[in-house]
Amino acid sequence: MSSAPPSPPATTARPARPWRPPLASLAARAPAAGALARIRSTVLDGGRITPEEALELHEHADLPLLGELADSVRRRKHPEGRVTYIVDRNINPTNVCVTDCGFCAFYRRPKHDEAYVLEREVILEKVRETDRLGGRQLLMQGGHHPKIRSDWWCDLIADVRAKFPRVNCHALSAPELDFFSQIEKRPVEEILADLVEAGLGSVPGAGAEILVERVRRIIAPKKTDTDRWLEVHRRVHEAGLRSSATMMFGHVETAAERIEHLQRLRELQDETSGFTAFACWNTQPAGVPEEHLYPKKTTPAQYLRVNAISRVFLDNFDNVQTSYVTQGMKLAQVSLRYGCNDFGGTMLEENVVSAAGCFHLESIQRIEQTIERAGFLPRQRNSWYGIVDERHEGPTFPSCREEARTEGSAPLSA
Amino acid sequence: MSISELHIDSAAEARLRDAVDRAGLGPIAEKVFAGERLDLEDGLALYRAEDLHAVGALANHVRERLHGDLTYFNVNQHVNYTNLCNKFCSFCSFDRQPGQAGAYTFSPEEAAEKIREQLDEPVTEVHIVGGVWPKLGYDYYLDLLRAVKSARPGIHVKAFTMVEIDQIRRVAGKPLQEVLAELREAGLDSCPGGGAEVFADRVHQAGYDKKISGDEWLSLAREVHRAGLRSNCTMLHGHVETLEERVDHLDRLRRLQDETGGFQTYIPLSFHPANNDWSHLPGPTALDELREIAVGRLMLDNIAHVKAYWILMDIPIAQAALAYGADDVDGTVVEEKIYHDAGATTPQQVQREELIDWIRDAGRVPVERDTLYNVIWSGAEA
Repeated sequence: MSSAPPSPPATTARPARPWRPPLASLAARAPAAGALARIRSTVLDGGRITPEEALELHEHADLPLLGELADSVRRRKHPEGRVTYIVDRNINPTNVCVTDCGFCAFYRRPKHDEAYVLEREVILEKVRETDRLGGRQLLMQGGHHPKIRSDWWCDLIADVRAKFPRVNCHALSAPELDFFSQIEKRPVEEILADLVEAGLGSVPGAGAEILVERVRRIIAPKKTDTDRWLEVHRRVHEAGLRSSATMMFGHVETAAERIEHLQRLRELQDETSGFTAFACWNTQPAGVPEEHLYPKKTTPAQYLRVNAISRVFLDNFDNVQTSYVTQGMKLAQVSLRYGCNDFGGTMLEENVVSAAGCFHLESIQRIEQTIERAGFLPRQRNSWYGIVDERHEGPTFPSCREEARTEGSAPLSA
Repeated sequence: MSISELHIDSAAEARLRDAVDRAGLGPIAEKVFAGERLDLEDGLALYRAEDLHAVGALANHVRERLHGDLTYFNVNQHVNYTNLCNKFCSFCSFDRQPGQAGAYTFSPEEAAEKIREQLDEPVTEVHIVGGVWPKLGYDYYLDLLRAVKSARPGIHVKAFTMVEIDQIRRVAGKPLQEVLAELREAGLDSCPGGGAEVFADRVHQAGYDKKISGDEWLSLAREVHRAGLRSNCTMLHGHVETLEERVDHLDRLRRLQDETGGFQTYIPLSFHPANNDWSHLPGPTALDELREIAVGRLMLDNIAHVKAYWILMDIPIAQAALAYGADDVDGTVVEEKIYHDAGATTPQQVQREELIDWIRDAGRVPVERDTLYNVIWSGAEA
C-alpha cells in the first residue's frame, strides 16, 4: 500500500539559501554594536525584549554575548544555582501514525511490518520497572493511530494511576489531542475532561516544530496547525493541567520564523501561565522519510544560539530544558551556561529520536556529575518542577497536579 | 606581537568593559586593551572568575583583533610511527610494550605507504609523532623522514616533539644543532608541540618522571627555533596540576617566545581519563576546555595562534571555542591514535567540507592554510 507523502508547494519548498549564522565579529561593529548594547542593557535590567530585538540577537550577537544574557536570565530565575532533572521513562504505546511528518523516522503506516501497539501488560511492566527504580514520570506519546481513541488512553492512564500512584502520566500532546477531537467529533475540552478524570497529570509540548504555517505546510502538512496547537494548550491550561512547549529548528524555517514561534508561545503564556518549561533541538534528518527536503543537520553552535535566545525571550517561562539526547552531554553541560536550568528526563528508554539515528541515554550518576562539575546543584524533580530530592530543604511544591494548576484554571478532582 | 593599536568600536568596547567590570575583571581588561602583559595573579584570576562568558568575551576580543573572523584549518594526516615507549607517562593510553597486543612499529616504507594512500587527497601536512623506543636508531628517524618526503615531495613534515628530539639526539651521538640540520636535510620542516604536559617539576615527578623535564623541553625548543624551525606548544590540563602550575607553564612558554619567536600555535590538550594510570581522575569538563582556550589566548600575548583541537574537544566545543579565543581548529587528520586510545569517541577524520561548514556555522571565515599559515584557500564570501 503506497503511502507517498504529498509533495510540498514548489515555490516555498526551501529558502533560496539556508540560514547562515552571522559573522561573529559583527557583534563588535556598528551599527549592530549599538543595538546589541541597548538590548543587553534591557535584558540585564530584567526587561522584556521585543521580537525585533530577539531577531537582532539572532542575527548579530556573538556567542559570549548570548551566553552572558542567557546566563543572567537563568540566574535571576534560579538564584540558588539548582539544575533539575527527573527520573522518568519514555513509553511510546504505538508507532502507528497517519500524519506522515517528513522529518519523523519513528512512525509506521498502519499496515507496515514494523507497526506495533504495545499490549497493556507490556506497558505496565515497563511502568513497574520505572516505579521500582524511583521513577516519577511516564512520558507517553505515540503516533496518531486511526483506531485508537481517547478512551484507550483513559483506560491506560487510569490503570497506571491505580497501580502506580507515584508515577505521573505526562502524556499525549497537542496534535494527539487534536487528532482525538477530530476522529471522535467532539471538542477537545471534553476529551481533556475525560483524560483528567482518568488521571492525566500533565501534557508534553511535542508537535510544535515551528509554529508558523508556511513551515508547517512543508514539513508536516497533515498535522495540527499553529493556531490549533496553541488553542489545545490553552484548553489544557484551562482544564487545570500544566504543559511544556518545544521547538524543533534547523529545517526549512527562517530566523524570523524561529522568533515568531517564540512570540506565539510567550503570548499564550502571558494569558495562561500554564507552561512549565521550554526545550528546543535541531532536526535530526538522517534516515527520515523526506530527507531530501531537509538541509544538512545544523551544527552545535546554532543550538547554543537558539537556546540562549529562547531563554532570554521567554521571560515568562520558569524553566528551559537542555536536550542531551540530541546534543550530547558535553554540549548539554555548556548549555547550562546558555540558559538551561533543567536536564530533562533520564529516559529509561527512548524511541522517537533514536529512530532518526541519534542516541545518548545517560545514567543518573552521569547526569548528576555533569551538573555538579558545571558548578550547579543537581536536584531531582517531579513533572511540575517541584523538588523531590532528599538534599532539598523545605517541602516539595508543587507535589501533584492539583498544586500545580494555575490561578483561574478549572479545579481538578483529587 | 603587540595587540594595542587597533581601535575598538566604542559601543562594543563599552559593552565589553561593562561585562568584564561586572565579572570583577576590569583591571585585567584594561591591561589587555593597553597591550600590556598579564601577570601570574591575573592568570589565576581569569581561571577563578565565575563568569566564563566575560573571560571568553575578553579572549574573543583579542582573537578578533589578531585574526578578525579568520579561522584556520589544514588538510593533514597523522602518522604515529610506533606506540612502543619507555616513558610510562601516567596520562598516556597510547603506549605499548613489545609483545603487547596492538604494539607496532612502522618501517619507513610502511609510513611512506600511509602517505601514498592519501595522495588523492589535498593533504599539505603530515604530523609525525610516536613513542620513545631506544631500539630505533638514528638512521630509522632519518629514513622515516626521507621515505615520507619522497612519497609526497610537496608535503610539509611536522615531526617529533621535543621528547623525541631529545631521544634522537641521544641515539645520534652528535651535537643537537648538527642533528637538527641532518633532520632538516632528510625532510623535517617543523615540530609539533606535544610532550610539554605541565612544566612544573612536582607534576613531572607525579606523572611522567621518565621524560625530559620542563626546563629541558624549553631548552630543546630554544635550539629548534635557533635552527630555524618553527614549532607549536601545548599544555596538558585537567589532571593533577594546580591552577598556579598552569599559569606558570603559560608564563614559561611566553618567556621563551620573547627570546626566539619560534612558536606558531598554542594548543591546550585536555587530559582524557580512559585506559591510563590516571583513569580515576574525572578530566576537564567542556566548560574547562573553553576556559583553557580563553586563558591561553589572554596570557600568551606573543603567540599568534590558539588552536581548538577538535579531535579531543568534540566539534561542538571546538565550535564554541572559536568565540572564546581560538582561531585554529587543526585539520582533517586521518587515523588519529593517541586520543582515541584514551577514549576519544570523535570520528577519526572529518571531511574538508564538513570542517568548512562548521567553521562558517560558528560565524567565522574558514581559511585553509599550510603548516606555516600561508593561505591556500580563503572562504571569505564576496
